[in-house]
Amino acid sequence: MVAILSVLSALGVVFFKNAVRSALSLVATFALLSVLYLTLDAQLLAWTQLVVYAGAIMVLFLFVIMVLNLSKQPALIERRDPKLMLATLLGFGFAGIIGVQVVTPLLPPSEIVKDPVLAPNGFGQPQAIGMALFTDYGYPFEAISVLLLVGIVGSILLAKRRLR
Amino acid sequence: MNGVPMAAYLLLGLVLFTIGVVGVVIRRSPIVIFMCIELMLNAVNLTTLAFARYLPQFVAGRERGHTAVAGEMIVIFIMAVAAAEVAVGLGIIMAIFRLRDSTDIDQMNVLRG
Repeated sequence: MVAILSVLSALGVVFFKNAVRSALSLVATFALLSVLYLTLDAQLLAWTQLVVYAGAIMVLFLFVIMVLNLSKQPALIERRDPKLMLATLLGFGFAGIIGVQVVTPLLPPSEIVKDPVLAPNGFGQPQAIGMALFTDYGYPFEAISVLLLVGIVGSILLAKRRLR
Repeated sequence: MNGVPMAAYLLLGLVLFTIGVVGVVIRRSPIVIFMCIELMLNAVNLTTLAFARYLPQFVAGRERGHTAVAGEMIVIFIMAVAAAEVAVGLGIIMAIFRLRDSTDIDQMNVLRG
């Protein structure tokens, strides 16, 4: 049910002509995905998903749409070009290949995954994630912090510099 | 807690990723293309979490807790990288918009050598 809704709203992202409607549809997709994270017992990640994606990133998107004033633009209506057909074919081919190769061996009567009823111990709890983040994953954590710093500095530079 | 098979989550991730790919190819507004990239990243996150949640009891002879946490770490790092990427990418889009006064991706050939 949630999956069907999220697929529908993801389709809305692609096929709405108005960028604001695409963005709102993407917000719905992210919210539904966080519900799915809750069903996967990943509570902390579900809330992080809501805060980071549906909160921060989508506010950035809507802000840029507002600044660029995209609704006043000619809206970039897609012409009926062969690219549409080609892309649909590409999408179906892609989904077919990965579906056959990856998902089919994992369908229910398979022996690979026996569907453990209980989540791994401490799965999705903030304590376990925090412990792992600051012990085993210390170096990736620092690398991410440097990356975010560089991203901040880079976007400020992009925003300030007068392009010639 | 739930009787949902893992293949359902994987199928949903596959469908979302495919929608993202098709969207990147057919749309011409750079902002919508960015949204489709976010959609693909989220599909990958969902797949990773599903794999981490449905790990068998023992992975390569060890308890699965350590490996399951690795899956969640991947998701956290993908979220952080996505945030940085969106900040920089939207900055670039704004700069190009100020330069060209147009946001049609098919007319952006500034980098052409």
